[in-house]
Amino acid sequence: MRTQIAPSRTTRLVVLTVVGVIFLIPIVAMLEFSLRAGLDGGYNLGHWTAIFDPENERTYRNLFRGVTNSLILAVVTVVLMLILLVPTMVLVKLRLPRLERPLELICLLPITIPAIVLVVGLAPVYSVVARFFGANAWTLSFAYVILVLPYAYRAIQANLISVDVVTLAEAARTLGAGWGTVIARVIVPNLRRGMLAAAVISVAVVLGEYTIASLLNRINLQTAVVQVSRSDPYAAVIFALLALAFGFLLLFILGRSSRPSRRPS
Amino acid sequence: MNHARGGWALLGLTPFAVYVILFLLIPTVLAAGSGFFTDDGAFTWNNMSGLFEPAILQTFVSSAWVAGFTAVVGAVVGALVCYALLGSRPDGMLRTVVDSASGVLAQFGGVMLAFAFIATIGIQGLITQWLLTSFGINIFEGGVWLYQVPGLLVVYLYFQIPLMVITFMPALEGLKPQWAEAVATLGGSRRVFWTRVAIPVLLPSFLGSTLLLFANGFSAFATAAALISQGAQIVPLQIRAALVSETVLGRQNMAGALALGMIVVMVVVMAGYSVLQRRTQRWQR
Repeated sequence: MRTQIAPSRTTRLVVLTVVGVIFLIPIVAMLEFSLRAGLDGGYNLGHWTAIFDPENERTYRNLFRGVTNSLILAVVTVVLMLILLVPTMVLVKLRLPRLERPLELICLLPITIPAIVLVVGLAPVYSVVARFFGANAWTLSFAYVILVLPYAYRAIQANLISVDVVTLAEAARTLGAGWGTVIARVIVPNLRRGMLAAAVISVAVVLGEYTIASLLNRINLQTAVVQVSRSDPYAAVIFALLALAFGFLLLFILGRSSRPSRRPS
Repeated sequence: MNHARGGWALLGLTPFAVYVILFLLIPTVLAAGSGFFTDDGAFTWNNMSGLFEPAILQTFVSSAWVAGFTAVVGAVVGALVCYALLGSRPDGMLRTVVDSASGVLAQFGGVMLAFAFIATIGIQGLITQWLLTSFGINIFEGGVWLYQVPGLLVVYLYFQIPLMVITFMPALEGLKPQWAEAVATLGGSRRVFWTRVAIPVLLPSFLGSTLLLFANGFSAFATAAALISQGAQIVPLQIRAALVSETVLGRQNMAGALALGMIVVMVVVMAGYSVLQRRTQRWQR
């Protein structure tokens, strides 16, 4: 019966092919660009191998520092986000259902307050943060948790409404479990899928973050790529391509792994 | 007893509440409020009046134009892609590929897209060179527009269309096949189904998604920052200039005033979005 709404095969094929090709052109162009041998034409792997050549270590040092920093930031952000968000959401669901709407509103607020606005007020906040934690790269995670809040909230919420946590918690309590046991051994295992999705999306957002890092003068993957592009556009394009591919792979694996269970509508 | 327990439960919200106050509320208040003060902490209207100087107003107009154009084109093309995907298995390979690609470009693209387009239609780009050598067409005859506002229009579409696919797909999937059957039973054609049932039901969602795209385009910074190093044609770049040099129009704390201006636009747009969103959900039960 779905066929009554769905487009014809030809329509689908034409639309998806045209849009698909338009979106593939820049990706192909990046690949072509990164393989160019020199000004007089021809292709080789020169720009790719140059990145890992020990001789160029100094040139690309910042780039690798950016990659390392971004990976650290991703891990710290995910851990902080889960520690803050999961107990709060479970608590509100179980004990304070009246606060569900306000919590949603707060979690979605960062969509309305973009990073470029936030960073204006973050500069003074970070001068205080630096006094407590120093100017270590990982401290950017404090701001990144706010940036990923809407995505993480939605992912966990989608899981939370598909599981009857109230009944689960009552059952566990009746059987004599304390609240710690209820959360750690009954509820969290049921939220694993939502937490995984939240973590993956957070990693993607953190690895792609540029605005806050650049205006607070921090080095992460994105700011390092922009910096290296001024002296070596080939390296910048190669890292951009790799980052896009990595992000795609991350979301693709998540999409495939969450397949068997149907999303609640 | 029960009341006391509610109190304990509220206490459990403290870590989250404190965190949000420290890293969301305080920065927002500081950003919005700092425009009202000079560096010495004295109150001033100076920055606010700066918002209405022609040069600054022009950047707001440019930002609105970039956001508006890419939102409308992005929404139409994105909706078309959603329509084409209708009827494909939601957990099939095609959908997973489209969803993941859309997710990457919409949420993570930023700087990467800037470089993708430098490689595509930059001066040495694949398409630029191909058109020049094969057809003698120079796309930059009137100047290198990639690093100007017209360039942003092209590049922004590459994250606006994917965002539309992500946000509009659930609404389109909410169309119930029974509605089409009902129309058919009553003797209506496919065309009647779309014009009388589907489009009216989808319209709030479509407009809401368009507003979300506008907000997204209006607040985007990374792509523009990576492409445009000279000048500040849109508001986010104006904020960068104000933060870096602190002398936009010779005013202190101009970044605060610009941030407040952006917040006002964003709040209006997102309020419209949530109104439309509520109308949408009526049909998704």
